[in-house]
Amino acid sequence: MASHGIEIRGLYKIFGPEGQRHVQSVKEGMSKAELNEKHAHVLGLKDINISMPGGGITVVMGLSGSGKSTLIRHINRLIEPTVGEVLYDGTDVCRMSVKELREFRRHKTAMVFQKFALLPHRTVLENTVYGLDIQGVPRSESTKKGRYWIDRVGLSGFENHYPNQLSGGMQQRVGLARALSNDADILLMDEAYSALDPLIRVDMQTVLLDLQAELKKTVVFITHDLDEALRLGDKIAILRDGEVIQQGSGQQIVLSPADDYIASFVREVNRGRVIQVQTVMTPLTGQAAAASGVMPIPVGTTLEETAKAMTAGGVALVQIVSAEGRPVGQLDLQSLIGAMVTPADHEKPPSLAAE
Amino acid sequence: MASCSILPDVLCSFPAVSDSYIRLARKTIDDGFRGLVREYSHLIDAVVQPLQVFLNALERLFVNSPWILVLAVMLAIVYLASRSIAITIGTAVGMVLIGLIGLWQDTMVTLAIVTVATLIAILIGIPIGILMARSDRVQGAINPILDVMQTLPSFVYLIPVVVIFGIGKVPGLIAVVIYAVPPMIRLTNLGIRLVDRDVLEAADAFGSSPGQKLWNVQMPLALPTIMAGINQTIMMSLAMVVVASMVGVGGLGKNTLQAINNQFFTFGFMNGFALVAIAIIFDRASQTFGKRLQKHTEVVHG
Ligand SMILES: Nc1ncnc2c1ncn2[C@@H]1O[C@H](COP(=O)(O)OP(=O)(O)OP(=O)(O)O)[C@@H](O)[C@H]1O
Ligand SMILES: [Mg+2]
Repeated sequence: MASHGIEIRGLYKIFGPEGQRHVQSVKEGMSKAELNEKHAHVLGLKDINISMPGGGITVVMGLSGSGKSTLIRHINRLIEPTVGEVLYDGTDVCRMSVKELREFRRHKTAMVFQKFALLPHRTVLENTVYGLDIQGVPRSESTKKGRYWIDRVGLSGFENHYPNQLSGGMQQRVGLARALSNDADILLMDEAYSALDPLIRVDMQTVLLDLQAELKKTVVFITHDLDEALRLGDKIAILRDGEVIQQGSGQQIVLSPADDYIASFVREVNRGRVIQVQTVMTPLTGQAAAASGVMPIPVGTTLEETAKAMTAGGVALVQIVSAEGRPVGQLDLQSLIGAMVTPADHEKPPSLAAE
Repeated sequence: MASCSILPDVLCSFPAVSDSYIRLARKTIDDGFRGLVREYSHLIDAVVQPLQVFLNALERLFVNSPWILVLAVMLAIVYLASRSIAITIGTAVGMVLIGLIGLWQDTMVTLAIVTVATLIAILIGIPIGILMARSDRVQGAINPILDVMQTLPSFVYLIPVVVIFGIGKVPGLIAVVIYAVPPMIRLTNLGIRLVDRDVLEAADAFGSSPGQKLWNVQMPLALPTIMAGINQTIMMSLAMVVVASMVGVGGLGKNTLQAINNQFFTFGFMNGFALVAIAIIFDRASQTFGKRLQKHTEVVHG
């Protein structure tokens, strides 16, 4: 199954009985606070334009109340947009009829929720096949699939437990298994891991990354945690007060935050895990250019991994090589450490500044 | 009254509309009503007939089956519902005592009518409750009716029922159902409205149709509340069955009424005991069943 991307274009959401009427004022620059004060309407989303790549993980990040849940619920239209388009495989989700929408939700999307939202009266297995029940797949067939996914998320042996007999982390595994059983192309995860404690969270991130490497779904992942965003996101969009204030790769956001708000987020990040060698490498000179005997590090390796390799190998200089093994640059220990600790503003290459 | 000598007459004794007017009004309304009833008699028969057949069949089944068989089935049902040995033994003891004091037959008659009344109340109450939960307008329209129904003293129900359906077992049954149905409706509505919004959203996100949402999510999650409604309905039917004996319902209620009229103290006491015994049996069995349903819906991990 080839994954399709999701295009969100010119999306506005104004909560309130007469949202339509206020779109124009918002377009003309009325702020969220002003709209609330003057017209008692809440600005949920303002002019959202994001293209979410097919087969990749797009992370939407922002503080509480910034509109993350509102945004993700437009993709399967749990919330009706005020204006705008959500395109998937050439069709506008916002224009689908009730029936088309139901089919779209059944076969193309699956969702994982912050509060798990499992059915308490169903066992783990019965919860896992819930989406298939809705599709009308007979149990004889669906239980096979259900068992497979329960095994994949690491819950074998718990098929007949009820949700209230499981820990939070285990319940979210059920939520994930339920979503995966659907075989849907789009996987929507609204703060799926926010209720979990840090260790289990990292564990679940690994589960998702492992599965994603194989399944290549179009994942939309919501979080308010930058570390999580950077670990998972092929692309990250940052929301504030219903507006996208920056979107791009994790590296781009860490290296060139669009404003102070994002900069303050980024300050606490472990840069070594985000920045990749090619961003901070220098042109080949002398010793490294001579090739033989210098440790090669492939493009795409993070600084932390490089540092590990250098320490282990006891070298102070490495050669950066492209995917084909061609040397493209070099990096010495000093600039490596420098890039890991200092704000990299002055060393950002011009190609990354624009987005 | 001393003050009456000072006050004008109008203020002293209430100036009622003259008797002849009232007589005329009563006659007109009563005749009109009777005419209406006569006109729709086939419709009324259509309602009464199947109820009559059903009630008679069940009553015959209960009364004519050997007591040991009835007791065995009852104990089996109580055990399956409650999974409690204590409640099952209690049921056995209660029923044996009822038999020993010679009230087995009457108890069977009462059980039959309470069973039929409860079934009808469930059949009527659950769909109405579902409709109410789906629409605030329906809820707004039905709630005041239920309020009135629940504030009316039980005797008052008998008046329109007797006028429309006459005297007999089925009119009694109808009065019992009308009296016992409000908690069924209310608690079905409440149970569905209390279903967790997150779970409903999940149902939507997976593409449930309204029917799938009702059967997969709303009804199962509302079931413990609905069970509480059934429990209350049973209790109210039992209470009303005694009152309905005034319009011709037999069984323990009729005996109680006789005992009151004739001051048969012991007889009244025995019937009262039998009523209390079956009330407790129904209550315990349906409540423990409801609790068992609730087992998995309780949140252990937040
Ligand atoms: N149904 C609604 N009616 C009115 N306002 C709403 C509604 N839903 C959301 N909002 C408002 O829209 C804004 C965005 O809410 P949203 O739930 O999308 O935030 P969020 O980023 O998901 O926050 P959190 O991290 O707390 O989940 C908030 O100001 C909220 O008050
Ligand atoms: Mg949210």
